[in-house]
Amino acid sequence: MKLKKNIATSESGFVFNPSSGDSFSLNTIGAEILLQMKESKSSEEIKKDILNRYDVDKSLLEKDWDDFMSQLRDNNLLEF
Amino acid sequence: MSKLKYEGPVIKKMNAGLMNKFGTRTEYQPVKHIEGVAVKDMIAKYGSPLFVLSERQMRNNYQAALRAFKTRYPKVQFAWSYKTHYNNAVCNVYHQEGSWAEVVSGFEYHKALKNGVPGNKIIFNGPDKSIDELNEAIKNDSLIHIDHFDELYALIELSDNLSKKPRVAIRVNMDTGIYPMWDRFGFNYENGTAWNAITKIVASGKLNLVGLHCHIGTYMLAPWAYAIAASKLCDLAWHSKNQLNNPIQYLDLGGGFPSANTLKGAYLPGSDTVPHIEEFAEAISSTIISYGFKPDELPLLILESGRALIDDAGYLLGSVLANKRLSDGRRATIMDFGVNILFTSFWYDHKISPAQDFTHHSEDQVLYGPLCMNIDVVRESVNLPVLNKGDQVVVHKVGAYNMTQWMQFIAMRPNVIMIDMKGENHVIRQKETLQYMEMLEETPQHLKDFKL
Repeated sequence: MKLKKNIATSESGFVFNPSSGDSFSLNTIGAEILLQMKESKSSEEIKKDILNRYDVDKSLLEKDWDDFMSQLRDNNLLEF
Repeated sequence: MSKLKYEGPVIKKMNAGLMNKFGTRTEYQPVKHIEGVAVKDMIAKYGSPLFVLSERQMRNNYQAALRAFKTRYPKVQFAWSYKTHYNNAVCNVYHQEGSWAEVVSGFEYHKALKNGVPGNKIIFNGPDKSIDELNEAIKNDSLIHIDHFDELYALIELSDNLSKKPRVAIRVNMDTGIYPMWDRFGFNYENGTAWNAITKIVASGKLNLVGLHCHIGTYMLAPWAYAIAASKLCDLAWHSKNQLNNPIQYLDLGGGFPSANTLKGAYLPGSDTVPHIEEFAEAISSTIISYGFKPDELPLLILESGRALIDDAGYLLGSVLANKRLSDGRRATIMDFGVNILFTSFWYDHKISPAQDFTHHSEDQVLYGPLCMNIDVVRESVNLPVLNKGDQVVVHKVGAYNMTQWMQFIAMRPNVIMIDMKGENHVIRQKETLQYMEMLEETPQHLKDFKL
């Protein structure tokens, strides 16, 4: 799961895709995930970090992760 | 160190198209308490889903409605509409406040009697009254509102050998400029059927025509329609007195006043569009007062309001069972309550509030109920914060009709509690059990065993 190289992200959760002109907003955890993806961290590393810091069990995170990735893909933000 | 509160990651595309000037988001604050009682405590104690009724709000609504009419008209009487909510505890709140009972079936009639309402303070409406029920209503001196000629002739026959005349009214239907016109109940005003019924009753000499009744619709948003209705009833009453020498003691304008719920398809929320009960009171009272009756001959004004007195006193608490994403990308949230217990979700876009803290991020979503049935949709599209499995919600304004029209379908019905004036909880209807559900079933002997 790699974010497209030209996607611009901000810490506050603003995302801009210069090739399509689309902009997006993220909630806090979504912004954190995207920033870590931009730093080329692996899925496992990011999930581990979230599990350490947030009050969430692994199965819920897995489910939400898959859902979030499919939303990123649907919005044309991931490399194929 | 305690961990941070988790909320699933959300991405939302920003559209620079047409803006909705009223905004899309409605929920800014969680609703954690009802009448000072914590939602999570109630769910922990009584289970989820759970219906909660506020005795304080019921009494406040009643007193406000009574005040709206009594400050404008000298003789006002409310009669609690049993079909709106016939749980005995609920009925008795309104009876304690002074309401008579308005019933539309033998079942409701007996409920009212059992609650202790004197027979002569029960209004018996509706098209279905058996001969036995009519006899009982006559014996109890109840106010029988005649719906059709078959009932009128049956009553004349039943009264043949009675020393005391039964007290009756007729239900009148009429054109008040409202569509659809409810002409299936009662006798029509415009084509003369209502007057025909009045003359037949008076001419029979066996029935005492004491009242005239109408009920022009439900969830009515037009106070002026009640002014037209009141004027037409006054016209009949006037002629009954002057032509037939039969003064009418009361005019029953029925109910139909709306609550502040939002009807499906409405652009603005109900709280912004629904007229206040004072506007209905003004339309009705000023019409009757100015019609020309002498002050001491003004008829008693009866109102059978149900929904407007209880809808906002009822809440449904529920929990999230699951989340999923639909094929078109929309988020779907599955709740543990559906159309089986929230029947009014067929009519209303109910306001739904999360019962715990949430961030300002929200997502358009569909709210489904738990039934394995495609029709089980609580909200087709609602913008709500992201709800996790197990999160709790409060559905507002569910007090009217849900706890009478609910279905025991697929699942059993939940506990209903009432928060009293002191903030104490009382279970007023226990949740159903398998044993209760099977109480009336009988399995023939040859069907009791099988081998698989």
